[in-house]
Parts: sequence; structure tokens; C-alpha cells
Amino acid sequence: MNPTRTAWLFLAPALTVLGVFFLLPVIAALGLSFTDYDLYALADVRNLRFVALANYWSLLQRPLFWAALGHTVYFVAVGVPLSMATSLGAALLLNSPLARWHGFFRTALFAPVVTTVVAMAVVWRYLFNSKYGVINTVLGHFGIHPVDWLGDPHWAMPTIILFAVWKNFGYNMIIFLAGLQAIPPALYEAARIDGASSWRQFRHITLPMLRPTLVMVAVLTVSGYFQLFAEPYVMTEGGPLQSTMSVLYLMYDEGFEWWNFGSASTVAFLLFLVMFAVTSTMLRLVRRGDET
Amino acid sequence: MSPRLVRALVNGLLLGGAAVAVFPLLWMLSVSLMAPAESAALPTPLLPSHATLDNYRTLFLRAGMAHYLLNSLLVSGSITALSLLFNLMAGYAFAKLRFAGSRQLFRSLLGALVIPAQVAMLPLFLLLKSFGLVDTYAGVILPAMTTVFGIYLVRQYARGIPDELLEAARLDGAGELYIFVRIVLPLLKPIMVTLAIFTFLTAWNDFMWPLIVLTGQNHYTLPLGLASLAREHAQDTELMMAGSVVTVLPVLVLFLALQRHYLQGLMLGSVKG
Repeated sequence: MNPTRTAWLFLAPALTVLGVFFLLPVIAALGLSFTDYDLYALADVRNLRFVALANYWSLLQRPLFWAALGHTVYFVAVGVPLSMATSLGAALLLNSPLARWHGFFRTALFAPVVTTVVAMAVVWRYLFNSKYGVINTVLGHFGIHPVDWLGDPHWAMPTIILFAVWKNFGYNMIIFLAGLQAIPPALYEAARIDGASSWRQFRHITLPMLRPTLVMVAVLTVSGYFQLFAEPYVMTEGGPLQSTMSVLYLMYDEGFEWWNFGSASTVAFLLFLVMFAVTSTMLRLVRRGDET
Repeated sequence: MSPRLVRALVNGLLLGGAAVAVFPLLWMLSVSLMAPAESAALPTPLLPSHATLDNYRTLFLRAGMAHYLLNSLLVSGSITALSLLFNLMAGYAFAKLRFAGSRQLFRSLLGALVIPAQVAMLPLFLLLKSFGLVDTYAGVILPAMTTVFGIYLVRQYARGIPDELLEAARLDGAGELYIFVRIVLPLLKPIMVTLAIFTFLTAWNDFMWPLIVLTGQNHYTLPLGLASLAREHAQDTELMMAGSVVTVLPVLVLFLALQRHYLQGLMLGSVKG
């Protein structure tokens, strides 16, 4: 059999799945976003009309879309740095030659990553319960009054951010740990002979050597955090006062509660554009930093 | 600072961090063994006064949890088996079989990773509806049968297979399928284990797509069943904690048993990229 044919036969199942269940729907989503596909079109496709950019236009004028985008950006802007700092701190501690019970700590810190978001969000809801929750009980010992974590529009998103950091930091911790272990020990030895303090070693050896890993992790975490959905769905149902309504939650609501597939596809595409703009700007800034 | 103090500080911080990471899991387990309404008391109890399995009995006998558990096993198991096969074949082809446009094709697959999966979900729902696959196991399984990440992981690993080995087998007259099954697959065993754990965990924990495509409770997986129970039984803390234990425990045990493979794969997938 000729080699090209063999290769395509081996690729066929995977490419078919990706083509039919991903590529085709993505193209169709772009098409849908230019139509008024709704419950009537779902019943009879002859009710479908082409509306050009009308969905985009009306969405950009809807306060709820901007609110959802604002909440999502808040979640990303606070959650990503907090997550990454926690991951890096944990990785540095684990990588320290002074650390004991290495394997045990690594396993314990990583455990939240493999748990199910939905299940742990349910647990979190009770931990942060305003009346009987463990968190308020502990804070009460320090004389802090009970906080209505998930019932107060100002606290609901910070609580979800804390949950996300707890749930996710272990993943990046492992990636940072691999990055730290790849730094040649000779660099630190030389610095120590020169009398450099631990802080200066961190600042001038660890951070620059870790830079490619940091950039990759930042981009991946930002794209991941833009896709906020299950946490508010389970913990707050988007409330209170829609303060935890994310862009994907809005897409889900538009699409599968109201069956407005046209405008839901528009929401999806706008989210994609925002994510693309943010991550490519990040990469461009990094590249410019490299040149100077 | 004295070295002793630094050592105490490092290990103290690690211990504190580990405690925060594990506490919600232990608390969930503890409350799941309490009698109904026992946890809603002040001061908040940390341990059950008399441990009981009543909540688990209620879940399995009356709340349909056994059914959700079987659905989860069936769906995640099928996704793992099928996507393992397809990703292995494709990853091997990209790594070791020469054909025109191989590199460009692979690069455009990686490029497609910037598109969030949710963009495809609305038309995918309509597509599956036209096939009559909404609210079926197949509706969850089919779209998950291949992942670009899986292909990438296999390709990275398969590039280490020496070409001479494959050429020698071809000269001996071995067919391509024989080479793949008898020579390549045994060499790929470590990455197979890693990818299998990865895929199973992802499928088990997945929420948004199953929520969309499974419209009736009959095919609900554990996360869906739990989320819908949590909306009905918001006040039954102990019951909900038992439900969370049932959902989390299988993947947690799987991870603890095979964590070496899992963590290695995580590093392979990230650092070498």
C-alpha cells in the first residue's frame, strides 16, 4: 500500500470526528449568528430569516451582555493572577530542598484538580453558608460578623473566585514544578558563591528561566477562565441580582432556555473574539518585552 | 533567619496549604455520614455524633443515584476507549507516516485549539437533533471521540520511536496494521495509560455539554444528577454531601492509584510544547 494512503487511513476516524462534530458546527455557528434562528425556526426551518449583523448590533446594546462580560472579565482579571501566584508559591515550596514529605504534599495539593467541579461547588455552597457554614464559624472566632457569601451581590463573585483558585491551582503548580526542576542547579550555586540573597536569586534566575512557562500558563489560564459556567450554574444560578452571570451562562440561557439560537451564537462568537483579542495582545506584549 | 526557622516555615506553609486543599474533601465525607439536619447546628459540628450510611441508602434507593453512576461509567468508559483508539492512530500517523501536507495539517489542528468548544455547541445540538441523537448516550460520546490534545500528546511521544524499527518490519513484508498493533502500540503503552486516565477524568467531570444534550433524567451522568438534586434538595446538606462523595470518589481513587502516570503526562503535554 502506498504510504500516503496508509497515513490518511490512520487519520480518517479522528479527522472525521473533528470535522463533523467540531469544524462544521463552528462554521455553522458563524452562519447562525447572522440569522434570527429561534423557537419558530426550530419548529419549521422556513421561518428562518437572514438578519445580517442585527444580532450583533442588538446584543451590543443590551445591558445584560455588558454586565455578563464585565463579570467574566472581573473573574479573569482577579482569578488568573491569584491562581497563578498560588500555583507558583506552592511550586516554589515543593521545590525547596528544605521541604519534607514531598510526595504527600504534592498529592494533597493536587487533589482538588481531579475532583468534579459540580460536586465541589455543591460542597462549597454549604461551607460558605451564611448561617451554619464552617467559614463563617471560623471567622466568628476572630470576631468577624457573618458574611452572606453567596447571597450578597458584592461577595458572590469573590467567593466563586476563591473556589476556582482552590480547585485549579494544583494544575499549574505541577507545570511550574516541572519548569523549576529544569533550571540548572549550577546557576544557583554560582549565585550563592557571589553572595546573592534568596530574593535576588528568585528575581534574577528563577523568574527569567521560568518566563516561557509563565507566559504559556498565563495564556492557557486566561482562556480557561473566560469559559466560566459550571461554578455559577451550581453555586448561584447566575445570581444574586445576576451578579455572577457569565458570558457562557448568558449563551446557555439564550440558547437552551429561550431557544434563541441566532443571538446565542452571536454571544459565543463575541466571547471567542474577546478571548482571541486578549490572549493575542498578551503574546504581543511579551514579544515586545523580549525585543527591548 | 536561621536555617532551622526557614525549614519550619517552608514545611509549615506546605502543611497549611495541604490542609486547605484537603479540608473540603474531608468535611464532605464527614457530613455525608451525619444524620439528616445534624450539620445545621451551632457551633457547626465537624464530626458525626453517630456515623450512619442512611444518606447513601436514600441516594441509591430513592434518588436514582445508582442509575446516574452506571450512566457515568458507561459514558466515560466509551469515550475513553474510542478516543484512545482514534487519537493513537492519528498521533502515530502525524509522527511516523510521511505524507504531503502533514505538517500544515497538524499545525492547523493546533491552531483550532484557540476556538472554545462552546462555540460549536449550538449547531452541534441542531445536528444531533436532526440525527435523533439528542438525549442519548451517543449524543455525549460522539463529539468526545477525538481530542486535538490527545493527538498532540501521542505525536510527541511517538516521535521517539526509531524509524529503522518500522522500516525493518516493512522490509520483512509486515503490513501497516500489523506494524501498528504489534510494534507501535506496545511502545506507546506509557502514553496510552496517561491519556486514558486524562480522558476518563475529563469525561467523568464534564458538565456543560451533557447538560445541553441530555434533556431527560434517564441518561443523566453523576454531575447532572447531582446538580439537579442540589436544586430540589437544597436544604438536605447531609444528602447532598453523600451525593458529592459518590461523584468525586471514583475519580479521586483512580487518581491516587495512578497519579504517577497522570502527573507525568501533564508535564509531557505542557513543557515539551
